[in-house]
Amino acid sequence: MNDHTILALGSIVMAGLTMALGALGAAAGESRIGAAGMDALARQPDEAGAITRNQFVALAMVESTAIFCLVVSLVLLFANPFVAGR
Amino acid sequence: MNPEIFGDRVLLWLGPVPLTRTMATSALTSLLLVAACALAARAVLGRPEGRLAAAGRLTFGFLHDLVTDAAGGPAPNLEIFAGSLFLFIAGAAVVGQLPEVPNPTSNLAATSALAILVFLAVPVAGIRARGPLGYLKEYFRPSPLLFPLHLISEISRTLALSMRLFGNMMSGQLIVAVLVALVGLIVPVPLMALDLLIGFLQAYIFTILASVYVGAAIQIQTESVNGKRGSAKEAT
Repeated sequence: MNDHTILALGSIVMAGLTMALGALGAAAGESRIGAAGMDALARQPDEAGAITRNQFVALAMVESTAIFCLVVSLVLLFANPFVAGR
Repeated sequence: MNPEIFGDRVLLWLGPVPLTRTMATSALTSLLLVAACALAARAVLGRPEGRLAAAGRLTFGFLHDLVTDAAGGPAPNLEIFAGSLFLFIAGAAVVGQLPEVPNPTSNLAATSALAILVFLAVPVAGIRARGPLGYLKEYFRPSPLLFPLHLISEISRTLALSMRLFGNMMSGQLIVAVLVALVGLIVPVPLMALDLLIGFLQAYIFTILASVYVGAAIQIQTESVNGKRGSAKEAT
């Protein structure tokens, strides 16, 4: 195994790990937001509009960490600055 | 398979200036939007009972309520700015569903441009509302020690704004591309519908966040007087 192979192998493994761990955290956070939003909707159905709006904003913010992980893993796979020959 | 995730194919060179695919598709989106808005405006003036006029009024009412709620008060100039952002991002999501036409917001440069617009709109709106000194004073507000944190928050939220839109739109297109390469015809259709839904949702979120940021720069004084708005709206 030469250096190039080791770099490529490490990049691929880390891209998978990045996506897996990043999605794990975002999924846990989004499930809590969803549960809290349902709870609030059940308690106060009149405020459905405001609750849903704020819930979507919070979901998008939590999801952006997973999106950052996706971008990082795609950089590792398709635009890796350390793997030559591209 | 070689997806163009960070690159941008150059269609033709105008002297030293490249004309890329993203530039062409965003110009196409803008042209379609301007044409649709002109048609809707003429319909509202000429035939107020028609369907086109109703669609125009509903869209305007939706954007008006959205921005007014998110900014915490009436802000006519912000309505124009944030409403244009919403229409552009939503229109880009629709244009991106056409075959061979990439979504302009699935390019990092395009979303960074939108986020930089919001970044620049915050001081402009703040200075117009409260003067240069009144705006700068907010950076030292609870304590001068927090000045670096205010700066970091300004930059990181701009970065998050652009990366969120880029990541969502690009991942949708990537999923569709992978499915087309794997199975072909019918299977990608539900995921394209999901991509369209996510596009509208991201347009909504981008607009709300832009309105919250600019609205906070305009209205910090009234907010601290009556203390109506909670801390949840100040998240980056």
